[in-house]
Amino acid sequence: MAVVPILSLLVALPLVGAVLLLFVGNRDHERDRFIQWAALGISLAEFAATLWMWARFDPARADFQMVERADWIPSFGIQYAVGVDGITLFLVVLTGFLTPLALLGSWQSVHKKVREFSFFMLALESAMIGVFLSLDMFLFYLFWDAMLIPMYFLIGIWGYDRRVYAAVKFILYTMAGSVLMLVAILSLAYMHSVATGSYSFSYEALLTLTIPRHAQVWFFLAFALAFAIKVPLFPFHTWLPDAHVEAPTAGSVILAGVLLKMGTYGLLRFAFPLFPDAAAYFSPLLATLAVIGIVYGALVAMVQPDMKKLVAYSSVSHLGFVVLGITAMNIQGVQGAVYQMLNHGVSTGALFLIVGMLSDRRHTRLISEFGGLKHVMPKFVAAFFVVTLSSIGLPGLNGFVGEFLILFGAFRWNVTFATIAATGVILSAVYMLWMFQRVNYGPVTNPKNEGLKDLSTREWWVLGPAIAVAIVMGVAPSYFLNPMKPAVNRIVSRMAEAEPSKVVRVAPEAGADVLLTAAADRHSGTTGPAPRSAGE
Amino acid sequence: MGQALNGVIPVICVTLAGLACMLAEAFRQRGERMPIGGLGLIGLAGAGSAIVLLWGRHTESFGVVVADDFGLFVQLVLVGIGILTILFSSAPIERDKLPAGEYYALLLFALAGMMLMAVATDLLVIFLALEVFSLAVYVMTGLRRHVFASTEGAFKYFLLGGFSSAFFLYGIAFTFGLVGSTHLDRVAAAVAAGSLTGNPLLLVALGLLIVGFAFKVSAVPFHMWTPDAYEGAPTIVTGFMSTAVKAAAFAAFARVFLSALEPLRGDWAPVLWVLAICTMILGSVVGVAQTSLKRMLAYSSIAHGGYLLVALIAGNDVGKASILFYLLVYAVTNLGAFAVLALVSTPETPREHLDDFKGLWQSSPVLAGVLTVFLLSLGGFPPTAGFVAKWYVFSAAISAGQYSLAIVGVLTSVISVFFYLRIVVKMYMSEGPEGAAPPQPSRTALAALAISVAILFYLGVLPARLIDLAAGSVASIF
Repeated sequence: MAVVPILSLLVALPLVGAVLLLFVGNRDHERDRFIQWAALGISLAEFAATLWMWARFDPARADFQMVERADWIPSFGIQYAVGVDGITLFLVVLTGFLTPLALLGSWQSVHKKVREFSFFMLALESAMIGVFLSLDMFLFYLFWDAMLIPMYFLIGIWGYDRRVYAAVKFILYTMAGSVLMLVAILSLAYMHSVATGSYSFSYEALLTLTIPRHAQVWFFLAFALAFAIKVPLFPFHTWLPDAHVEAPTAGSVILAGVLLKMGTYGLLRFAFPLFPDAAAYFSPLLATLAVIGIVYGALVAMVQPDMKKLVAYSSVSHLGFVVLGITAMNIQGVQGAVYQMLNHGVSTGALFLIVGMLSDRRHTRLISEFGGLKHVMPKFVAAFFVVTLSSIGLPGLNGFVGEFLILFGAFRWNVTFATIAATGVILSAVYMLWMFQRVNYGPVTNPKNEGLKDLSTREWWVLGPAIAVAIVMGVAPSYFLNPMKPAVNRIVSRMAEAEPSKVVRVAPEAGADVLLTAAADRHSGTTGPAPRSAGE
Repeated sequence: MGQALNGVIPVICVTLAGLACMLAEAFRQRGERMPIGGLGLIGLAGAGSAIVLLWGRHTESFGVVVADDFGLFVQLVLVGIGILTILFSSAPIERDKLPAGEYYALLLFALAGMMLMAVATDLLVIFLALEVFSLAVYVMTGLRRHVFASTEGAFKYFLLGGFSSAFFLYGIAFTFGLVGSTHLDRVAAAVAAGSLTGNPLLLVALGLLIVGFAFKVSAVPFHMWTPDAYEGAPTIVTGFMSTAVKAAAFAAFARVFLSALEPLRGDWAPVLWVLAICTMILGSVVGVAQTSLKRMLAYSSIAHGGYLLVALIAGNDVGKASILFYLLVYAVTNLGAFAVLALVSTPETPREHLDDFKGLWQSSPVLAGVLTVFLLSLGGFPPTAGFVAKWYVFSAAISAGQYSLAIVGVLTSVISVFFYLRIVVKMYMSEGPEGAAPPQPSRTALAALAISVAILFYLGVLPARLIDLAAGSVASIF
C-alpha cells in the first residue's frame, strides 16, 4: 500500500509555498491581493492536510504514528524522523487552524511588503509544525532555532513603534535559553555513544538511556530553562509583553497561539520523560513558579491600560495553569494541560484578533479610548463576549474544561498549589470582564468611536471559526480528550517510576560537591563511568 | 624527480598563474582592459583538478611535503576562496583604483604560500610558506596607497607579523636544538620517546610556536593587529585574508600540535584553553560595541577563530574533522559577507558604517537578502551551514569532555548574534535615505554570491556527505 508521507507533506507544504511566493513579481504592489489569496490558499490547504492527518490518526495507540524515518547524518546517528501522537496531533491541527485566521486577520492591516509578510508567516508555520513533529532531537533543535528567524522579522518589520527592541529582545532571550539545551542534547547523544557505541539523537533511543541522577539534574535544568523562557514562566516572562505588544496582530496570534505552547510542549515531551527523577525533584519548584505566574500575571493584567498588554499578561497567567497541570503529572493534570494549550491558542488567538480589529479602526489599543461600543458595533461586541467568556473559562466553553481538569489534577497532587491557582480563575474573570465592561458598555464617551463600522464579512470569517471551535471544545471535550489519553498515559506512567527521593537524598547530604564531582566525572570523558543502559 | 613533484603540483599551478598575471600586467598598455583575473581562475582550476587527482594517494614530495587528504582538503578550501575572491574582485578593484595585475599576482602568490603551508611536514617549510603568504598579504593590506588607514593597517600588521614570525622561528630553533631536526616525523618520534618530558626548553619551544600560530589565527591576546588591518585593507582583501589566512594557519596548527606534539597535550592544552576562552569572549563582546561594519566583522572573525580553537583542543577524530568542516563553512560565509560589503559601496556612497546600511532592503533587496543569509550563517542559525558547523565543533568539545568550552562557546555565540542582528535591523527595519543610487554588482559577482548561498543552504540541510568526507580525510593522517 502506497502511503502518502503526510507528516513530511505537512512540514514542507507551507515552506514550498512560501518560497514560490517569493518569485511572484510585485514591484508596485499590483499583485498584493493575489499574494494574499495565494498565501491564504496555501495555509488552508495545510489546514486541510492537518485534518486529514487527524482522520488517519488511530486514537487507541499510545506510540508515535505515521512515523517516517530516513538517515540524515549517519555518522552521528542523526535521522530525519517525524511522527505524531495524541499530544502533538492537536497542536499541529491548532497550528494549521490559526495560520489562515492570522493571515485573514491581517488582510487590511499589512500594507508594506505583503509578499515578504506572507513568506515569513508560511515559513514560520513550517518550522512550528516541524518542532511538534520531530522525533529526533537534532531535527527538533533545528526547527526550534529556525522558527526564531521568521518571528523576528515579523515583529521587527511589521510591528508597532518599539518593534526593533522587542524583536531583538525576543530572539536573544529565547536563544540564550536554548543554546544550553543544545549542549545538553549533544551531551545526551554522546552519552548514548558511550553506552551503546553509536551516537543517536533519536528521542525514543534516548528514552531508553539510564542517565545518572547528577547528570539528570544538569540536563533537566538546561532543558527546563529553555522551555521556561519560551512558556514563559515567571520570572522569565519579561520578553513576552514587549514582543506581544509590538508584534503585528498576526504575529501576536501565532506567538500566543502556538509559540508559547512549544515551551509547555517541550517540558511535557522532553524535559519530564527524559529526566524523570530530576523532573520529579524539581516539580515543586516549577509548580511554585507556575502558581506565582498565575497570580502575578492576573494581577498585572488587571491594571494594564493597553488591551494588548492585558491579553499578553493574561497569557502568563494561563500558561501558568498549563505548567501546573504538567507538574502534577497525573492523568487529569496532563490532559488538562494539553487541553488548555489548545484552549489558550483558540481563545487568546481570537482575543488578539479582536484587539487587532479595534486597533485597525482606531489606531489605538488603550482601554480608556473606548467605551460604549455595544451601541456602535453590536455584532462585534457579541463575538467579543463569547471569546471573553471562553478565556475566563465559563462552563460550556472550552476554557472551563482545561482549567477544571488542571485544578482537579493539581488537587490530587498538592492542595496548596491548587488552592492558590484557583484564585487565578477568579482573577481572570475580574480582569477580563472589567476590561470588557470598560470597552463595550456605558455611553459612547469618545466621539471618534461613533462612526465605527461593525464586523465585515471577512472579519466574520476570522472570528466565526474561532468561536465555533471554542463552543465545540466546550460541549464535546471527549472528542479531543480521548485521542490524547493513551499518549498522556504513556508519559504519566513513565513518570510514576521516577524516584525524586534519590536525587533528594544525594543533594542535601553532599550538597554542591556531588554536582561538582558529577561534572568532573563527565569531564574525564571517555574514561568516565559509562551510563548503564536500560537493559541491565 | 617527476614523482617528487607530484605533491606540489597544485602549488605550482597557482604560482605559475601568479607569474602569468605579473607578465600580463607588464605587457598591458595604459588604459587597456585585460581580464587578468581570468588567468588566476585558470591556474586555480588547474590546482583544483590536481587536488582531485591527488586525493587519497598520500603523495610525498622532497621529504618535506605530504599531500595527504587533510592538507588537500584545506587546499581545496583555499582554491575555493581564491576562485570566489577573483569573481568578486573586478568591481572593487575598479572602484578603489587598485593595480589589477599586482593585486591578482599577490593574491595568487599568497594562495600558493598558504597551500604549501597546508601540506608542509617540516617546520622550516611551514615557516617558509608562512612568510611567503604573509609578505603578500602585508602588501595587499596596504594596496590602497592613498588611504591613510590602509597604510596604517599594513604597517601595524607588518611590524607585529614580523615579530610573531621571529617568535615562531625561535620556537623552531629551540625544537631543532632539542631534537636535531625540524621534520615533524622526527619531532614526533623524539617527543613520543619521552626522553624530553619535563625539559624546560621543550616548554619554551612549545610556547614560542603557540605565539606564532596564535598571531596568525588572531587568538586573544595576539589579536591586536586584526581590527586595524581588517579595517584598513580594501574590503575584498579583508574577506580574503580573514578566511584564507585562517584556513592555512589552522591547517598547520592542527598538523603540528595534533600529530607531532600530541603527546604533550597536557602542556599545551591548558594554554590553548585559556586562549580559546579569551578569544571567544573578547571577539563577541567587543564586536557588540563596533559601529564600523568591517571592524565588527573583524571581531566576529576573531570569535570564530575561538570556535576553531575549541575544535583543536578537543583534538579527537570529531574535533579534527570539525576543523575542516568549520573552515570550509566559515570561508564561504565570511568571504561572502565581506564581498557584499565590498559590492554595496559605490564611489558616491561608501557603505562602511552601520548607519550606511539603513534601508538597504528597499534599495537593493537581493544584496540585503544575501548578506542576511551570510550573517545568519555566521550567527549559527539553521537551516544554514553555520548551524551545522557550530554543532559539529561543540559536539567535538563535548565528546572530548570539554563542557566548559562548549558552554562558553554557545553563550558567546548568542552575544555575537546580537551584533549580526544589528546589521539586519538596519537593513530591514530602518528607513534608508531617499534617492541613494543602488549598487549594481557585476554578473560574475552575483553568480559567486549565488554559489556561496547555495553552498550554505546545501550544507545546512544535507551536510552528511561533507561530514563523511572531512572525517575520512583526517582518518588518513593522524
